[in-house]
Amino acid sequence: MVTSNPIHSEKSKILNDIVWTMFSKPFMDELLKPQQLYSHRTLKTVLTRLAHSSIMRLNPASMDRLYELMIMAFKYQVFVCPRPKDLLLISYNHIDAIRELVKDTPAVVNQVDETHRKIIEVYASSSEGEFQLLRQTLLIFFQDMHVRVSLFLKSQVQNPNGRFALLTSGPVPHRVDVPGLIRTFNSKGREVRRSEFPTGGSYTSPIREGSFELHGDRVIRLGTNMYNVNHPEETHTSKVPSVKTDDAPNLLAKEELNLLARLMGSMKAENVPGVETGFRISLFTTDQEEEEAEASGGAEESLCGVINIQAMQDEQAATELARIAGQFAEREEESDNPSSSKGDDLLAMMDDL
Amino acid sequence: MYHKEKSIQIKNSASALYNNLSVLRIAPRRLTYFTVVHANVVNMVSASWDGLNYSHRQLQSKEPNVATSTSLIMQAAFCVLPSRDLLVVTSQKGIQMYESDGSIMVYWHALDTPETPTAQAVFARGISAVWENYICVGVSSGSILVFDVPSKGSNITLSEVLEEHKESITDMASECSGSQECIADLVSADDGGNLCVWKSGEEFQLLNKISGFDMSCSSVKLWKGTVVAGYGTGQIRLYEAVTGILHAEVNAHARWIYSLDIAPFSGLLLSAAEDSLVRVWHLTMTPETNSVEVAHLHNECVTDTQICGAKFCDGDGYAFAVTGYDLSEIIRYTQS
Repeated sequence: MVTSNPIHSEKSKILNDIVWTMFSKPFMDELLKPQQLYSHRTLKTVLTRLAHSSIMRLNPASMDRLYELMIMAFKYQVFVCPRPKDLLLISYNHIDAIRELVKDTPAVVNQVDETHRKIIEVYASSSEGEFQLLRQTLLIFFQDMHVRVSLFLKSQVQNPNGRFALLTSGPVPHRVDVPGLIRTFNSKGREVRRSEFPTGGSYTSPIREGSFELHGDRVIRLGTNMYNVNHPEETHTSKVPSVKTDDAPNLLAKEELNLLARLMGSMKAENVPGVETGFRISLFTTDQEEEEAEASGGAEESLCGVINIQAMQDEQAATELARIAGQFAEREEESDNPSSSKGDDLLAMMDDL
Repeated sequence: MYHKEKSIQIKNSASALYNNLSVLRIAPRRLTYFTVVHANVVNMVSASWDGLNYSHRQLQSKEPNVATSTSLIMQAAFCVLPSRDLLVVTSQKGIQMYESDGSIMVYWHALDTPETPTAQAVFARGISAVWENYICVGVSSGSILVFDVPSKGSNITLSEVLEEHKESITDMASECSGSQECIADLVSADDGGNLCVWKSGEEFQLLNKISGFDMSCSSVKLWKGTVVAGYGTGQIRLYEAVTGILHAEVNAHARWIYSLDIAPFSGLLLSAAEDSLVRVWHLTMTPETNSVEVAHLHNECVTDTQICGAKFCDGDGYAFAVTGYDLSEIIRYTQS
């Protein structure tokens, strides 16, 4: 889609810049080294720098909220992941979406492809047990975070108490047999008895396995855009959606105030000294709310509150921002002490980019 | 068959680790100890049987008298030996052994941790007391460390290293029926689903090796010469330990099994998985026909919770306790 809309071309530049930085070889090489789990503080710093690698600016309060949104979306995907190896398919969904975002810039697409190949190679020989260990370590990182996200609450993926819903129905993961059967064998290995037991759930056979190649149908819906409901370009026909979607997100976009549009509209008119030219994004309804959040220090309270996603009236912008917000997934390597200063190398290297 | 009792609150939530609950019943003092792992901390609760007194303690995984940072704990388990009870804690740095009330650390064994992290993680996981005076601990390389434990004091020594598994040890269990006639004393399980059956002694003897099917066996028990194994596929399999004959196969859960337990006096089996379900089964052995029957008795659903630990609180299976990822309580159930 070609447009001479200056706002669109700015957004496009921002996305390209961020993806270019994130998928650069030195950054990815550093990330893919076996290392300890980052602390929340380190990860937030890395993500803040990434978000600021272009002309876009986020104030601390908005960045805090964005971070919580990203972490909760990431936690959800890791938590309900059907089998540990599906973490790769979820990541590939993320990468596929990123590739789509920057498809007009071949140099950036190339980098995404290179990184994707590298990831495929690094995890090629990992066993299910090793993926489960990876997942268990990530779950430690997410432990005790129950920030409520309005999109998740609305689609009933999250309960009012902040915990994610687990279904006792639907297709079982690949390689798992539908529960309910007890088989007994004699010493010659022949089955001599078969009986059934009530499972307390209603499970069905697994759906087909997704592709682990560079391109392919991932089948699993986790990791695809949470804000995309019934997107016409999607051709996946997976029977059980991982998020119970309805039209709510679009309604949400219309209902909630669009500060971004206001800011973009007012940027040219305002001549406030000291304001950087470029793109300022706030995740708050009003400037006043934003100032209050900054003043109160935000972090503690936001953990108890509900994040309201300020979806854009411009659906394209909303989709792209949501993709940026919702689809980061750093593939962490080995687990270890969360409070160490690992990640300093990564930050130092980012300064050189 | 079972109803829910009052939960015990713990100081931190449980981490998503296999077999993340250990229970020690101390009849003379009418107390039960529970341990639940949270990242780099072991939460211990001592609960009086009358339900009136609870006391808490937290243990960290660190080398004694060294100002290093703590590491992530993989498992904590009580080891019951004829002469004493110990609490063993395994982490990414090493193995700690405490007196069963967690008051004193009596032994520390450091793992060979490389200077810079390698692609293969290093940790200890899989803990079992073995007749008569051994404590066995598994390692991520597949090795099993056999420690010789004196009846008192801290003169614990590394007696042997068993190198049979090629993949990370997940769990280990010793014969729990109390019967002296059983040939096999210990079973060990790994990330590939392979099982090794051992006879203990000054030199441990490998009696049998049962191949896995490339799916992690996360929890294992040994009862009356039968290995009961729980897998990442949600299946439970029962094997005759010494021969490897498959007795029974149960499509028990829709997700990864995290914990199995057996009540040795009644033959009740407890299984718990990430699918939020705990199931109670009954095992019947018929030695004449050399067969094992598995009957399903009961289900409990812990809503929206991926269960990581489930243990009977007594040898008859009259009560059991459950922990779940992100839950800061130990849920208890008692027979109605």
